[in-house]
Amino acid sequence: MEGRHSGACPVAQQEVWALFDYQGYGWVFWEGVQVTVLVSLCAAVVAILMGLVGAWGKLARSRLANLLANAYTTIVRGVPELVLILLVYYGVTILLQRILSSLLGSEVLIDIDPFTAGVLTLGVIYGAFATEVFRGAFLAIPKGQIEAAHSFGMSRIQTLWRIMLPQVWRFALPGLGNVWLVLIKATALMSVIQLEELLRWSDIGARNTKLPFTFYLTASFIYLGITIVSMLLQHRAEAWANRGIRRA
Amino acid sequence: MESLDAFFESWGLEPIWNNLPRFMSGTLLTIEITALSVALGLVLAVPLALARVSVNPGLRVPVYCYILYFRGTPLLVQLFLIYYGSGQFRDALESVGLWTFLREPYFCAILALTLNTAAYTAEILRGAIQAVPLGEIEAARACGMSRPLLYRRIILPKAARLALPAYSNEVVFLFQATSLVSIITLMDLTGVGRVIISRSFRTFEVWIFVGLIYLAITYLIAWIFSKVEYRLMGHLRASPDHKSGGPASSDAAIAVR
Repeated sequence: MEGRHSGACPVAQQEVWALFDYQGYGWVFWEGVQVTVLVSLCAAVVAILMGLVGAWGKLARSRLANLLANAYTTIVRGVPELVLILLVYYGVTILLQRILSSLLGSEVLIDIDPFTAGVLTLGVIYGAFATEVFRGAFLAIPKGQIEAAHSFGMSRIQTLWRIMLPQVWRFALPGLGNVWLVLIKATALMSVIQLEELLRWSDIGARNTKLPFTFYLTASFIYLGITIVSMLLQHRAEAWANRGIRRA
Repeated sequence: MESLDAFFESWGLEPIWNNLPRFMSGTLLTIEITALSVALGLVLAVPLALARVSVNPGLRVPVYCYILYFRGTPLLVQLFLIYYGSGQFRDALESVGLWTFLREPYFCAILALTLNTAAYTAEILRGAIQAVPLGEIEAARACGMSRPLLYRRIILPKAARLALPAYSNEVVFLFQATSLVSIITLMDLTGVGRVIISRSFRTFEVWIFVGLIYLAITYLIAWIFSKVEYRLMGHLRASPDHKSGGPASSDAAIAVR
């Protein structure tokens, strides 16, 4: 192969490879990717729990629960993630400090570490989107099945546990997959609250080597890789969840 | 009771009240950046969507990769790549006269947001173009329409209507995503909030206020789109005496991107 490509081609190839010379700072990506994946997974668990609670709130008979759940999704979906992150990380700590200080009459200092703040904020934000996904999924369960369960004498809790929850995942999977893809990308915002995730570590590499393009481009390819792997896994999970379902 | 008084006294709205003109100019910049990126992104997205559904792999594959990259990576990384990353090629960019643009955060913000929203919009349009009923296309062909005429008269108008709900969602997301430009020093609504907090330390009050402005504009955009949709779908509505009506709930418009 090399013999045939003489002239400009090897030079161009060299330049392309020179772009990916990390000058000994390649390890920053490994450090960052671990935190990004971990914070995404933890936030996804929080988001799913918030989503189930939120969907219950939207579908419950209680007017108060409806109101709270609707307020939750309306506010979270109407405000940019960045503002919510800054509000929770800086604002809520100060608010709690004020409340406690005025209650106890002495100065109280509250410090949330960026990881916990990141998991909670992302979990609460994407919980609002998961709420809509679960709401749709619960409504997609055929009503006849629920009536059948009731006529067998199952209580509401039993119906939820035995009939609804096992099926809700099948209807929720495509939507939850989307929420997950957006959530991974949103972890990049955590770099503004000093969480040492992939973008922050790439930033450290870029500053030390003065090669910002190299480091941010590589970081973007790593995010793309995580996205593609997630899409493939989602496809597998959907195929698994729909096994035994007849399709036209 | 005394502790409650102390709690309420600890709130301060003067930094907001005194800085209303700044918040106003920040809001205007946010709207300006959104409008410019949405317009440019749409102009770019139409040819991209047409290339994406092309039978020619030489057109389809590069556009597919472009869409995959911009939808699969965080917008903040794209913004950093353009704004900070361009510095790595400063000499080369200076020699072709592009550096004067790329060192401006405003230009980089518009460029990144436009490329990002063009990818999402192209994908929405692709879905809509492919959802145009085959019968309508066959009927147009049977009438003897050429390909360009078929696209202009049948496919694109139908696709535009089909794409509208998803597109309104995209505009709302782009509007919210403009808050990221504050990270590359622009004084948009979020940027103004940051500066005022750094002077007044009223973190909670300022972010609540900024959040409320975003909230109001978000639902205003969703409401406008629901009105437009209502008008465009007029021919599909039951006649007034057959009942039903009112535009679709604007709340339903905002799903995850």
